[in-house]
Amino acid sequence: MKDILEKIKNESIIEIDKVESIQQLEEIRVKYLGKKGQLTQLLRGMGQLTPEERPVVGQLANEVRDLITEKIEQTAYCLKRKDLEKRLRSEFIDVTMPGRKKKLGNRHPLTKVLNEIEDIFIGMGFSIVEGPEIEKTYYNFDALNHSKYHPARDMQDTFYITEDLLLRTQTSPNQVRTMERQKPPIRVIVPGKVYRSDEIDATHSPMFHQIEGLVVDKGITMANLKGTLDVFAKKLFGEQTRTKFRPHHFPFTEPSAEMDCTCSACGGEGCRICKNTGWIEILGAGMVHPNVLANCGIDPEEYSGFAFGMGLDRIALLKYDISDLRLMFENDKRFLEQF
Amino acid sequence: MLVPIKWLKDYVDLDIDIKDYVDGMTMSGTKVESVEEVGQNIDKVVVGKIIEITPHPNADSLLVTKVDVGGEILQIITGANNIKVNNYVPVALHGSTLPDGTKIKKGKLRGLESNGMLCSPEELGLNAESFPDGIYILDKEYPLGTDIKKVLGLDDKIVEFEITNNRPDCLSMLGIARETAATFGLKMNYPSIEVSGKDGDVSDYISVDVQATDLCPRFAVRVIKNVEVKSSPAWMQDRLLKAGVRPINNIVDITNYVMLETGQPMHAYDLNMLEGNKIVVRRAKDNEKIVTLDEIERILDNKTLVIADENKAIGIAGIMGGYNSEIKEDTKTIAFEAAIFDSVNVRLSSKKLGIRTEASSRFEKGLDAAMVQFAIDRACHLVEELGAGEVVGGMIDIYPTRKERRIMNLRTERVKWLLGVDIPVDKMKKILESLEFKVSGVGILEVSVPTFRDDVTIEADLIEEIARIYGYDNIPSKLMDTTFTQGGRNEKQRIREIVRDNMTAQGLFETCTYTFVSPSVFNQINCKAENPLRKAIKIINPLGEDQSIMRTTIIPNMLEVISRNYNRKITEGMFYELSKVYLAEELPLKDLAHERDTLIIGIYGDKDFFDLKGIIENLMDDLNITNYRVLPSNNESFHPGRTAELLINNKRIGYLGEIHPDVLDNYDIPTRVYIAELDFEEIVLQTNLNIKYKPLPKYPSIQRDIAVVVSEEITAGQIEEIIRNKGGKLVEEVNLFDIYRGSQIEEGYKSMAYSIIYRSEEKTLTEEDITKVHNKILNSLASQVGAILRS
Repeated sequence: MKDILEKIKNESIIEIDKVESIQQLEEIRVKYLGKKGQLTQLLRGMGQLTPEERPVVGQLANEVRDLITEKIEQTAYCLKRKDLEKRLRSEFIDVTMPGRKKKLGNRHPLTKVLNEIEDIFIGMGFSIVEGPEIEKTYYNFDALNHSKYHPARDMQDTFYITEDLLLRTQTSPNQVRTMERQKPPIRVIVPGKVYRSDEIDATHSPMFHQIEGLVVDKGITMANLKGTLDVFAKKLFGEQTRTKFRPHHFPFTEPSAEMDCTCSACGGEGCRICKNTGWIEILGAGMVHPNVLANCGIDPEEYSGFAFGMGLDRIALLKYDISDLRLMFENDKRFLEQF
Repeated sequence: MLVPIKWLKDYVDLDIDIKDYVDGMTMSGTKVESVEEVGQNIDKVVVGKIIEITPHPNADSLLVTKVDVGGEILQIITGANNIKVNNYVPVALHGSTLPDGTKIKKGKLRGLESNGMLCSPEELGLNAESFPDGIYILDKEYPLGTDIKKVLGLDDKIVEFEITNNRPDCLSMLGIARETAATFGLKMNYPSIEVSGKDGDVSDYISVDVQATDLCPRFAVRVIKNVEVKSSPAWMQDRLLKAGVRPINNIVDITNYVMLETGQPMHAYDLNMLEGNKIVVRRAKDNEKIVTLDEIERILDNKTLVIADENKAIGIAGIMGGYNSEIKEDTKTIAFEAAIFDSVNVRLSSKKLGIRTEASSRFEKGLDAAMVQFAIDRACHLVEELGAGEVVGGMIDIYPTRKERRIMNLRTERVKWLLGVDIPVDKMKKILESLEFKVSGVGILEVSVPTFRDDVTIEADLIEEIARIYGYDNIPSKLMDTTFTQGGRNEKQRIREIVRDNMTAQGLFETCTYTFVSPSVFNQINCKAENPLRKAIKIINPLGEDQSIMRTTIIPNMLEVISRNYNRKITEGMFYELSKVYLAEELPLKDLAHERDTLIIGIYGDKDFFDLKGIIENLMDDLNITNYRVLPSNNESFHPGRTAELLINNKRIGYLGEIHPDVLDNYDIPTRVYIAELDFEEIVLQTNLNIKYKPLPKYPSIQRDIAVVVSEEITAGQIEEIIRNKGGKLVEEVNLFDIYRGSQIEEGYKSMAYSIIYRSEEKTLTEEDITKVHNKILNSLASQVGAILRS
């Protein structure tokens, strides 16, 4: 029997080595290890052996079975790897072919920039306030310390609905509306559409967008105005941006200023966009005029504040390097797709 | 305001690089718009003398000249005809450069050699109006060959300042000089107003009667006799031209020069043309006529202030003089007027008459009455300096209420309180004094405001003066360290951004359109006469009829956008806008309008109604709105068979559907368009941002498919409603997956195939459970809508 076992061992190993597929391997397994397999049959005949022979042959038979089993497992593993490798090789794709995309839409560029600006101010504790576009003359002018004869009131500059109602020329009336509604501390921005009687051209539009800002509290100074707007400019145009505050005049702030930023296109070197000055005018600002505070029932002896206003359209033109404002209102899909 | 730097140096000893000057002035509040370097490019242009002029043998319009340019005589051909022999003229030599960069070279003109060019003022970058005919004839004999830049003051720089409304005092050389002195710590020199003429008395020549005292706080007159009207000297013409004023004659030039210098407009009358030796300041009579200096007849009314003699108006006060009393070559005796007129009156009159002049724009902003005497004396001084006439002694000065300096208090601690920077009190004083304020006291400073500073009325104004000269740059930049405030978007603002995110994800592009539209849009979108959309708010002074009403619907805007895109060969598009419509309770509007945020969606190109509906369904899902329905509806702008309304909680939120072909025709769109217009304000109220988790199913679901044949008029909505009603909680999903018409189905009927997914939250459903409810559904479909189950 020993000889037969030895033969089974040798023959099976030779056969396994020749195997090329999992099926062949399975056939071999059945041939030797199956219920009717050679080794199984042999082991069934163990009863005929003497008690002395039985453990010796038993041990040898077990060794042969383990050997064949291990050999089959090893070979099976190798065959599976080979198959997998073959499959992977056959499944090559050209990854440079275009991806399958769901078509996305987009926010209007003005909304994109507005969202960005809103988020900057929200991060500094501002809330967003909205107000009417058809506004009372009182809020648009009188309450903002415009004299009865201020030229901005002219029919040439302002669209009127009635004598007392107009299309707001600025978002500033909401300074007053906010202060009437809310006591300090106040930190708000007011984005929205505004209207002026300008013919449409590359830089003018009768309807455009402003963002107003207002802060009122005890202890607010011009240093805070500078600090807040400087942070705003850096966040919007990049950390390298520098700001410059120039004296200016607005009826509803005192002192008043205009803020210039270093041109983000040339970094202040001077280029076409900044007309070689290195600076771009971004917004008007100032400390809230005591008359405006008083008009709203806030004691200007106790409270101070600052306000600012900027043209959203202009900032968007700058940010995206768009040279013609009219594109914003034409809504050509090929334009809108770019943002 | 144009400021020639050489002129400015009369008043301040300015020795600063132009770039530093411009920066300094801008940073102290007088913003520089531009700097023009006069004659920057001019090279090799010299003084020449014309010694011979002959006609060109080959061209009638050309002249051949011989010009002495100092040591050389050149033949130069010219087309100008204002030159005479012995004229001194600017000559551009061979190889020279003109201000616009043009290079002048030798050449032949119609066969004859030309060795350069005689220059016009324009060619030298000067205002051409004084020599409309051509070559600049120099006013006197300069050494031949001298660089023309020296002769014509072309080595000057002209700074253009932007003057804000509150600073009319800076619309003058003296005002700019004052700001310059304060900014750079320089001493200010006022020009001489000394007058030596004492002969006679002004009252021998004229009397003044100010009748409209309310509109004329001050009126001063001085008289000049033995006037010799001629050109003013080159230096004066040069300064006027650089400041943008056309030289006319010595008298008019003096009035303009003084206006530019002091900011006070002046006028000169030919005294001989005044009837009754009298000047009357009065309101015009209704329909009174006057021919103004520009030789246009104007018809006045009784709100306009005029200067008149005994019988007729001789000028519109503060706006423009009359043609009848204009200074002419033979004028011998003149009256100078320097006066203050009511700013509002000048503004209204100037607007009404449509005349805006240098003078009127100054009066409109409000002038300093105290400057009147200085200005009129300065004019007389210049008359003597120019030898233009003899100043008669005395001055008529009707000035009933003297303007005094305003006295104000400045609490020095408020400076830091407002600015956030410590400025020493001494520094504050010095700054204010440099601006001609007078300051006394400690702690609380008593400040006397100069009369030309009407804009300084409150303490904050004084603090601004200190701040701007101290330098905004020197104020630190500090974040707020006061009360903490809670920022952020409110619910409506958050929902707006959710809608935008949703639209973006669904492939729609946001548009931004004008909110004012043409009244014709209602016809264009088929609105009936009684349609409430027509109740639109009107702008009383629109840019044009096409932009004259505030929109009550965004459909016309969306159709315009689609039309524009389609006609630009863009074959498909999906757009939305979240913006306002403006509704009026009554017209004309009495109070604020109802401005309602509205969502408009418009799609075209290989799309149908269900693409549009799907977009809205996705949006409803995103906003967690479940109780909405889309039902058939009517709207005259839409296709009658393809119109629906969106209801949320049984309230109509808006319409959706295919646009009516007639409307598409009106917008020149030859393809189908689907639009939805929804009231965003209602959507906000119905939105539920409170999302609650629902446990994942524990038990398996079972799908049953059915196909039923129903009559055409039965809607999918009806069938789904029956399935859901009868199926109750066990029906998880109902999906319509096929509609079939054709063979095997009777005409007028359709077969609708649904898959129904059943699931219980409590147990695994048995075959029995499902069959029970499934049959209930089938029975109801049969009894309620006559559905026949297809086998």
